[in-house]
Amino acid sequence: MPLRPLQPNQLMLKILKYSFYDLIRSRWSYVYFLFYLLLGFVLLFLNNDVSKAIITLMNVIIILVPLISTIFGIMYFYNSKEFTELLLAQPVKRSSIFLGQYLGVAGSLTLSLVLGLGIPFVLYGLFKSDAIFDFTLLLVTGAFLTLIFTVLSFNIALSNENKIKGFGYAVLLWLFLAVIYDGLFLMSLIIFKEYPLDGFSLGATMFNPIDLSRTLILLKLDISALLGYTGAVFKKFFGTDQGFFVSMFMLVLWTVLPIWRLIYISKKKDF
Amino acid sequence: MIRYQSLLNFTFLLFFTVHLWAKPIVVCESCKVKSISEGIERAIDFDTLIVKKGTYKEYNIIINKPLTLIGEGYPKIDGEDKGEIIRIVSDNVTVDGFFIINVGTSYTTDYAAIRVVKSENFLIQNIVLEKLFFGIYLEKSNHGKVYHNKIIGDAKDEYNSGNGIQLWYSHHVEVSKNIIQGARDGIYLEFSDDIEIHDNKSTDNLRYGLHFMFSDDDVYTNNVFENNGAGVAVMFSKRIVMKGNTFRKNWGTAAFGMLLKEINDAEIIENTFEENTVGIHIEGSNRITYKGNNFIKNGWGIKVLGACYTNRFSGNNFLYNSFDISYDSKLNDNVFDGNYWSDYTGYDLDNNGIGDVPYRPVKLFSYIVNKTPEAIVLLRSLFMDIIDFSEKVSPVFTPDNLLDINPLMTQVQ
Repeated sequence: MPLRPLQPNQLMLKILKYSFYDLIRSRWSYVYFLFYLLLGFVLLFLNNDVSKAIITLMNVIIILVPLISTIFGIMYFYNSKEFTELLLAQPVKRSSIFLGQYLGVAGSLTLSLVLGLGIPFVLYGLFKSDAIFDFTLLLVTGAFLTLIFTVLSFNIALSNENKIKGFGYAVLLWLFLAVIYDGLFLMSLIIFKEYPLDGFSLGATMFNPIDLSRTLILLKLDISALLGYTGAVFKKFFGTDQGFFVSMFMLVLWTVLPIWRLIYISKKKDF
Repeated sequence: MIRYQSLLNFTFLLFFTVHLWAKPIVVCESCKVKSISEGIERAIDFDTLIVKKGTYKEYNIIINKPLTLIGEGYPKIDGEDKGEIIRIVSDNVTVDGFFIINVGTSYTTDYAAIRVVKSENFLIQNIVLEKLFFGIYLEKSNHGKVYHNKIIGDAKDEYNSGNGIQLWYSHHVEVSKNIIQGARDGIYLEFSDDIEIHDNKSTDNLRYGLHFMFSDDDVYTNNVFENNGAGVAVMFSKRIVMKGNTFRKNWGTAAFGMLLKEINDAEIIENTFEENTVGIHIEGSNRITYKGNNFIKNGWGIKVLGACYTNRFSGNNFLYNSFDISYDSKLNDNVFDGNYWSDYTGYDLDNNGIGDVPYRPVKLFSYIVNKTPEAIVLLRSLFMDIIDFSEKVSPVFTPDNLLDINPLMTQVQ
């Protein structure tokens, strides 16, 4: 009996599954998972206070998650290059190959993050605490950051054949978005402080996914400080639900646009 | 014997007349006395008026003799927005148990639901006020008590609304267990000394929950101030004691839990400041003791502006504030000693409960935000943490002697 050809979607799922299990077999997912598990337990053990642990966790999430996702993504892409080329020789849609791989990596990273942090917090009585919403938001932004930085690193890898160069760009990307961007941002705020800057400063936040996630979390943790500033744009952004929805929308955009580019480039690229 | 009898007669007569005097005047819709004003007119000194349940459409009721007015089943006095409702101009007046509604609004006269003018020993209790302009207004009246009233306003704009309870040149008054909401200022004091304000709940007022001006030696304890336009303002007063009060959720650009302006020699003890934009905003206030207060999740725990000297902060808890202390000058003459700071990262090797490394409560970032307010969006970013760290190691912009040498390792209970 002839084998029935697989539909493109099924193919993508198959590749996704393959990448996912590949990562689990290589134990990196476990290491990542255990790291977060340990971090969660240590934080709660040392503080014994969910709200303080969440503040520390926020710092970890907006710095470490992008770094790990970037490095992981780029390493995986270069490592599985031979397998990718083998798949490219088959009658398989290119978008299925790259999307499948991407979703496999990003999915396993997200799963490690959510489970690793979720388990200790649940064990320490998160459901009884009123911090549950803050924590959920933290995990959602963490998941978004994983998705965004993995796809950004895939994009870099796809555009750079040279591994060293690609790796360098990826680390630079993280460094730029995590630290340098904010430094430039602050400098421009100080230089142009004679001008009304609230629109600009919110706009600048939108162009950096790390700042964007930080803003989302600030909306929950530091709203009392944010409302201290006089400015109609700020007040509208932070004082109503607008800030939350705009930031969420921008995060989705930050995920979707690089994925679209990944598919677009992979279709045109001559391997 | 005859003498005895006459004495007996006299006593009997006296007893009888006293009994006659003490017979209360009853006011109700179907009684002989149909209005409160009429009742007051008929009454003689130290009489009791009992007002039965019903609606009385009256205003400008003037109580000009020592009387006790008691409402039974909360009789409603409807002022129909025509002006002032009750004015007390005599000593020893008690007003108890009325529901007063529709005080007239005016741009030239401060109409009040109950106004006490130049009178002593008054007692105003169990009053419910709605749709008011000014609520209870004490004017040059001393030694009285405002107890257990409920004032529900619907103030929209500052210019055409009044205060819930206002004291003006009134001394030795006790204001307790009142609930005030939706007025302009919940409780307002001007030139009023030796006032005791305790166990009140002042919420959702347009401007301040409690507002002090030029009032010395006052004590306020165990009050709750929540969600007021700008919190509580204490200005130009001496020797105020504030103890066990709660200031919560005062959010906004010019909002604070408490504003201290030109306050000297005060004591601020065991208060809780929670989720305010600024916990305490201090300007030009000296020799104040801050002890055992909790600053929880405020934007700024304490914001110090202008000249503030010899203040002492000890045994306070600073928990999860975005900024613990903000300071705008490089000079520091205030003492921070033995507080608990949730941001403290030091260690305690000798295990005596006191951290071995001093804590610097003023971050460089708070200095930057003072200069460039928009920079607040960079709160908690890695870049800010890095420059805060470098400032912590070698202070350049913040006062280098502003530190807590004995930071506590555990919270003050």
